[in-house]
Amino acid sequence: MKCAAGLLCVAFAVCAGLEGARADSLRVCADPNNLPFSDSQEHGFENKLAQLVARELGKSVSYVWWAQRRGFVRNTLKAGACDVIIGVPAHYDLVETTRPYYRSSYVFVSRADRDISISSLADPSLRALKIGVHLIGNDGMNTPPSHALGELGIVENVVGFTLYGDYRQDSPPARLIEAVAKGDVDVAAAWGPLAGYAALHSSVPLRVTPITGTQRFAPLKFSFAIAMGVRKGDEALKRQLDDVLQRKGDEIAALLASFGVPSVREPAD
Amino acid sequence: MWPLRSSKFSYLPCPIFCRGILRRAGAWRFVLFLSLFAPIAAAAQPSLSDLTADEKNWPIASRDYANTRFSTLDQINAENVSQLKLAWSFSVGVDRGQEAAPLVIDGVLYVAAPYDGPRPNQVFALDAATGELKWSYAPKPDIAAKGVACCDVVTRGLAYDNGKIFLNTLDNHMVALDARTGVELWVTKLGDINLGETITMAPLAVKGKVLSGNSGGEMGVRGWLTAVDQNTGKIVWRAHSTGPDSEVLIGPEFKPFYDWMKGKDRGVDTWPRDRWKTGGGTVWGWLSYDSNLNLVYYGTANPGPWNSNQRRGDNLWTSTIFARDADTGMAKWAYQVSPHDLWDHDEINENVLVDLEINGALRKALIHPGRNGYMYVMDRETGEVLSADPYDTVTAYKGVDLKTGRIEPNHALEPELNKTIENVCPAPPGAKDWQPTAWSPRTKLLYVPHQHLCANFKTSEVSYIAGTPFVGATVDMYAGPGGHRGEFMAWDPVKRTKVWSITEHQLVWSGALVTAGDVAFYGTMDRMFKAVDARSGKLLWQIRAPSGLIGQPVTFVGNDGVQYVAILSGVGGWPGVVANAEVDPRVRNGALGFTGASQDLPLYTVGGGTLLVFSLGKEATQRPAEAPATPGDRP
Repeated sequence: MKCAAGLLCVAFAVCAGLEGARADSLRVCADPNNLPFSDSQEHGFENKLAQLVARELGKSVSYVWWAQRRGFVRNTLKAGACDVIIGVPAHYDLVETTRPYYRSSYVFVSRADRDISISSLADPSLRALKIGVHLIGNDGMNTPPSHALGELGIVENVVGFTLYGDYRQDSPPARLIEAVAKGDVDVAAAWGPLAGYAALHSSVPLRVTPITGTQRFAPLKFSFAIAMGVRKGDEALKRQLDDVLQRKGDEIAALLASFGVPSVREPAD
Repeated sequence: MWPLRSSKFSYLPCPIFCRGILRRAGAWRFVLFLSLFAPIAAAAQPSLSDLTADEKNWPIASRDYANTRFSTLDQINAENVSQLKLAWSFSVGVDRGQEAAPLVIDGVLYVAAPYDGPRPNQVFALDAATGELKWSYAPKPDIAAKGVACCDVVTRGLAYDNGKIFLNTLDNHMVALDARTGVELWVTKLGDINLGETITMAPLAVKGKVLSGNSGGEMGVRGWLTAVDQNTGKIVWRAHSTGPDSEVLIGPEFKPFYDWMKGKDRGVDTWPRDRWKTGGGTVWGWLSYDSNLNLVYYGTANPGPWNSNQRRGDNLWTSTIFARDADTGMAKWAYQVSPHDLWDHDEINENVLVDLEINGALRKALIHPGRNGYMYVMDRETGEVLSADPYDTVTAYKGVDLKTGRIEPNHALEPELNKTIENVCPAPPGAKDWQPTAWSPRTKLLYVPHQHLCANFKTSEVSYIAGTPFVGATVDMYAGPGGHRGEFMAWDPVKRTKVWSITEHQLVWSGALVTAGDVAFYGTMDRMFKAVDARSGKLLWQIRAPSGLIGQPVTFVGNDGVQYVAILSGVGGWPGVVANAEVDPRVRNGALGFTGASQDLPLYTVGGGTLLVFSLGKEATQRPAEAPATPGDRP
């Protein structure tokens, strides 16, 4: 029944956020059903980060819940219903972004007992394995691994999982990693934080390896710096957040590590 | 008369646990209603064809099964249209994109609101002459719908048949209402919004059934057209747009004109393995029907959600026109307009059924103004392409081979990861999107409202959805050659030429209407509702509306014998999101690239939701007022 509760929150919390905006609360725009990032039970690492930031600013946390898909920024942050999105790519166009507070990458995930040691997109064994990828589909654009595999002509052995999935189920994007654990696919190419968290909680041991050999696919990128996002022009909040992110870097890094978020360095290229 | 149904319950925020109670309460009211009115409800209803023959009605969103949007009314004509004045107006209570066509049957006007606000997809019945509200109905929405549905929340209208109004809700419910009272008769769930499905199209009532398709191809939805029994609400058949013949409803009767579409299970083998299962090809545009051939015609949307290098092959039956048996749904023929579509060129646009004299022979034709920029004239019995001519700037294709029926893509513009592709015309919304054309049998011209946009594609920007960053396409759209973004033009499908043209600064996203008074009507996004001479294109009348116009103009006669012209005002839809929903107009590539083409829209309009009804006034009306006409008493 957890998912039903999440859906209710989509409708009700928007109203709550619009009406009950108090000056002493940090108003966060978030998806109620998207672990490990956020959920309505506040079990996600973005929920924990919101608490950390609010505590440092001497505020409480309030939420406006909205499914994170097209229209999310428009209907939440830009509609003025809330003031911060905890995780957006650095320099994301639609918002003003803070300093990045972590960098992660796309990873290969496989069952540890299969002993599949793939890290590079150039690995010829990718042609033989059943590979799961996430599908987004807006204007035919998908995650970087899906494009790269298509570019390599690796098509017939690729299986798509829509990122949106079935919203009645918990955290729809997690179906891709579950397919690895169940053996439905041999390997998944997934965004690191999602895979790292799943590996931490999976009953079947999983191996998580950052994807390498990506240079030839430029300008596709496989690692991204993540920041917080505020409305364009909201310099005051941006400065406050930047300050907290700088002061609390170690605490944030520890929090992310406890959620299994794979951390990578800035790529050389 | 206020509704028997006490609709206040449905306005309360109703969590999932209380919905069963309301459903039961609704059922109880329904039983009560049936026992009171069953003898009246059983009275014979005029057929939809009879209602269409009576010129005072506008009983189908497209006025008739042929999708002509032509009315034989001529009280308002080229001589007197300049005297047109507002007769009454009505707020539908939602300031979002208003794309719906009002229906008018026997002096009652029915109109539906977009899916937003406290009463999403509310339906209103009003006296067509006075605007007096007779009843309203508010469906009970799926609680998840608003946050989960992606795009704007339009509806394109209602259907009517046998005393019932049929409503499609955005959250995939088809609802039948008693047209006299607004009482809910049945509700059938056709799809699931939690899986990305929505319904935005106007349903079509045909031979005891109601037909509707789904939207949401970008969410991994597999398209379908579904027929529902008008009396019971039960699904009679469902024809998918991809997959094996058994699910596409392809059997021995299926005879595509061109060889490359023949063979078994082409909806499977024109895709890499299993891609068809999430293949798109949704059905969200217009349906037309030929009662002599007993065929229903419609187009399917683009393939999705895979990137093109992961879905090589023709991707049948996406971007395809189907002709299907109206009783069984079995396909008679199909024609894929854009095999392996690269540019989001859905072919959901209307198919106008007219008989044309081509090369000395009278042909049962179908005119399809393609999203891809070509005006197709086809044989509607066989699916043969008789002609296909560009009616807007086209660089994405090099032409249509009439021997093979295949469109030839411009390979120089094919997307590559590390390359900026420039000057792709038409841009993803196509040369014309959903906005329907009108056909006059008097002038033998097609009146075409459409956009005039080109696009640049760049692979670089970071986007963000559901916790996952990815590299997305920056689609930057801009006005095509000439600097205008919209056009309203008259096209001669026999001579295959443009006869006249009016260019508009903004996109022309409204539908068209043409009458026996030789007046054509359309609306602009910068708030002008215009009447032009159907023969010359000369502007005869215009009025500034409360909000931009993206609706469907209709005309009808009220119980006072006066001819009215009506359209909803309220900007929105894909291009209008920038004006009604606070997309930052400074970001050229917001709203999937469309704000670049409409970023100055907030300088002209904000959202709205007003039905505008115009007339010459009772005094100026040439014919004296008369008693309500019985069906068929006028030519």
